[in-house]
Amino acid sequence: MTQVDSTLISDWHVVADIETLKDDTITTTYLFGERIQIERNHLKSISVTTDSGREVISRQKYGFVWVCLGEPGRPIIEIPEAEENDRHVITGGSMGVHVSGLRVVENFLDMGHFPFVHDGYLGVETNSETFPYQVDITADDEIVATDCKFFQPVASPNAEGGIMADYEYQVLRPYTAVLYKTNPLQPHRKDYIAIFVQPAGEEHCIVHPFLCYLKDGIDRCTVRWFMQLIFGQDKPILENQLPKCLPLDPRAETCIASDATSVFYRRWLREHNITYGAIPIDSASNFSESKSGDIIR
Amino acid sequence: MTIESIWFPIAASDDLPYRHVYHAQLLGTEMAVWRADDGFVNIWENRCLHRGVRLSIGINEGVELKCQYHGWRYANRTAGCTYIPAHPANSPARTIQNRVYPAIERYGLVWSGIEPEGEGPNFEFLSNRHCLVLRAVSINSPTNMVIEELRKYQFHPSSQLDAKHVEYEVVEWSTNTLIVQAQSQNFSTTALLIAQPVDSYKTVVRGVIEWDDGLEDIPVLRHHAQLINQIRNRVESRAASIPVAELTPLNMIKPSQEFPSSPKQPESGRFASYQVTIARKWQTAEGVSAFDLEPIKGVLPTFQPGAHIDVHMPNGLIRQYSLTNGPGQTQHYTIGIKRESNSSGGSHYMVDSLHEGCKLDISEPRNNFPLRRDALETILIAGGIGITPLLSMARLLDHANLPYKLHYFAQSEKHVTFGEVLSKLGSSVVLHLGLGDSQTKESLHDILSIHQKRMHVYVCGPAPMLEAARVTALKIGWPDEAVHFEYFKNPNAIDDSSEFEIALARSCLTLKVPSGKTIVEILRHNNVAISTSCEQGACGTCIIDVLEGEPDHQDVYLREFEKAGHKKIISCVSRAKSKRLVLDI
Repeated sequence: MTQVDSTLISDWHVVADIETLKDDTITTTYLFGERIQIERNHLKSISVTTDSGREVISRQKYGFVWVCLGEPGRPIIEIPEAEENDRHVITGGSMGVHVSGLRVVENFLDMGHFPFVHDGYLGVETNSETFPYQVDITADDEIVATDCKFFQPVASPNAEGGIMADYEYQVLRPYTAVLYKTNPLQPHRKDYIAIFVQPAGEEHCIVHPFLCYLKDGIDRCTVRWFMQLIFGQDKPILENQLPKCLPLDPRAETCIASDATSVFYRRWLREHNITYGAIPIDSASNFSESKSGDIIR
Repeated sequence: MTIESIWFPIAASDDLPYRHVYHAQLLGTEMAVWRADDGFVNIWENRCLHRGVRLSIGINEGVELKCQYHGWRYANRTAGCTYIPAHPANSPARTIQNRVYPAIERYGLVWSGIEPEGEGPNFEFLSNRHCLVLRAVSINSPTNMVIEELRKYQFHPSSQLDAKHVEYEVVEWSTNTLIVQAQSQNFSTTALLIAQPVDSYKTVVRGVIEWDDGLEDIPVLRHHAQLINQIRNRVESRAASIPVAELTPLNMIKPSQEFPSSPKQPESGRFASYQVTIARKWQTAEGVSAFDLEPIKGVLPTFQPGAHIDVHMPNGLIRQYSLTNGPGQTQHYTIGIKRESNSSGGSHYMVDSLHEGCKLDISEPRNNFPLRRDALETILIAGGIGITPLLSMARLLDHANLPYKLHYFAQSEKHVTFGEVLSKLGSSVVLHLGLGDSQTKESLHDILSIHQKRMHVYVCGPAPMLEAARVTALKIGWPDEAVHFEYFKNPNAIDDSSEFEIALARSCLTLKVPSGKTIVEILRHNNVAISTSCEQGACGTCIIDVLEGEPDHQDVYLREFEKAGHKKIISCVSRAKSKRLVLDI
């Protein structure tokens, strides 16, 4: 197995949407290339074991099963929006993607693709300009991109006509990112979307979206439908990225001004020595070599 | 001879129908293969330089390939990036250029290689005659096992598919290629079979046979398909029974081991990087000569609509001329030159002394007049020879089906330049002929009278007309950033009497600029690289970011809001109002 970074081993990762589990049934999935079994008994209690029979630490939170393969170095992230009563709190439907989870996070942070990949929804091709925004690293060592604005014809299923949508992005952990987005009916409040990316392997991941949408003018099904529509548009593009791992060498892929968040993200991964799902800078000469230690078919 | 130096077929010509992009692979390297509308076959590394998305899922727009992810455009022939939609007002850096593999279309196949040598495939028996391309068959096996089996290829002459007795002769055989002749009753057919190494464990068999048009092709194709499929079955069962470790991997190249090079330092001064020949010279209008400039060797670099080149004349003069070419058209550059009565020698020399066959040095194209492709409507206004950059813009807008109008002010019908190109643009071109100063102003007022959000206007022509357009647009309420100008020259008298200091933030140098010297001259004198072109404050090439201090703007390139911002300076003419300028260089 490829060496997994210690910060990732001691972190929490979503491995299943609880709604998809059946009682007294074992569900198999992968984390860092290792096969794991999730078992739920009739008392709804869950245990997670590795192939070798070792039980790993697991929790149920926000509708997901979370595991930590080592000793937890920090708690599962706190989401205050999930506690607000006037929000739908929804798991968005987990989707497997044949690419590094880091590529998925980078795509989640990117506005430039809206007019092309989400034409007619999150952007229109005739309105393709990405305006300057601010990116910073907070005292808590999280990446925050603010003042992000993009013209969106259908920013949300309950939006009537195009709006200049305001976004704020945060990268909380290497495989976890969230965005806050203007609610079309209550412009002073924001809808919340997070993605928890499960690194099944270096080049395979399962994306678990988590949504806290204001209930005003929208039902649960529609929120979920919209998330799946949008992510369904991203998936084929992501699966055609070469190489499948995220190159961290700044020269490996051409960045432009509108890629500021992505530039910060790659740098932040470098500084945190995250290599799982990445092509670290010192192996630059093996740039496109497939890292497939993970064989998931 | 290495395997990288060999020409292999990587596709059939029929795999490249109109506006399609074909995914090919050779020696582990993925390639995006597409035919432009002018027939040119492009073979590129199969990844967008931006985020690595396969270009084989991109969109063939006829003259450019568009990436699916962020809509970046890459030009036919050169693979240079021509447009980045996230920043529609900027022209992409010249260094953004994809890797290109050579392409030859011959015998119904498209041939390429990693670094192929020589003139390409040459098979005498297929030359100057009709060929029938066989169906390509993919085999899961290393190439050497395939070619071994192919040596036993026994087929029937095309007109003798039912013959009982056939004789075979292997005419030629190499590690990847086989020529076999089949003969029966004085009828013979020769076949060329090639094993294309896709990667170390996958091979595609491609074949071509000599062909007579009188025959029916389907039974012949079926005959060969059956035979090659039998070979596939035999090879795959053998390959499967051999332990993987024993399979000899090919000398495989990993795709894109090289990183795109980091941005180059700007070349100092006015640099002529390309040698061209005048392939054609003709009079396109009264007093205007047109020139087609072809590269002496290699290919001309990517340009964007609005770009100009420096032409270095044999008499030592350097002049700027806009490219009039349509998008993706780089087999030659076309420029138009008006013989100016008050010329200081440049246009006289070009028009009078240079003829077809003459050689010239030119710079790479620079674009300080970039065209946005996200406008709801684009208005192009040309006066006289100012048509040249706008013609290139109009051709792109026309090709991309974007809404635009080209208003062309000329003295008379006889003065209409590049009329043959304009006529192809149809009703989008509006001619304004023989108007006096006041009539021109009225027409400009009419043209600019309607302004809506996200409309853009581009103006190029004589200085009085630009000034009139500027004043009119301002009066009507066009925002500064929606009005774009290209000056041929700076009509302002330059006041170079001031004295000031420049501090170079990146080079950690402080230099004095005395009266009578320009910033550019002082930088050059101190070996600080600065790229320039017109050197009279019109083209914008020598723009520098200002970190501190107040510039004394004397150029006509920067727009009013930019001048007011004190963030940029055109260093060939502008100076300082403050005692000191801190420049980001």
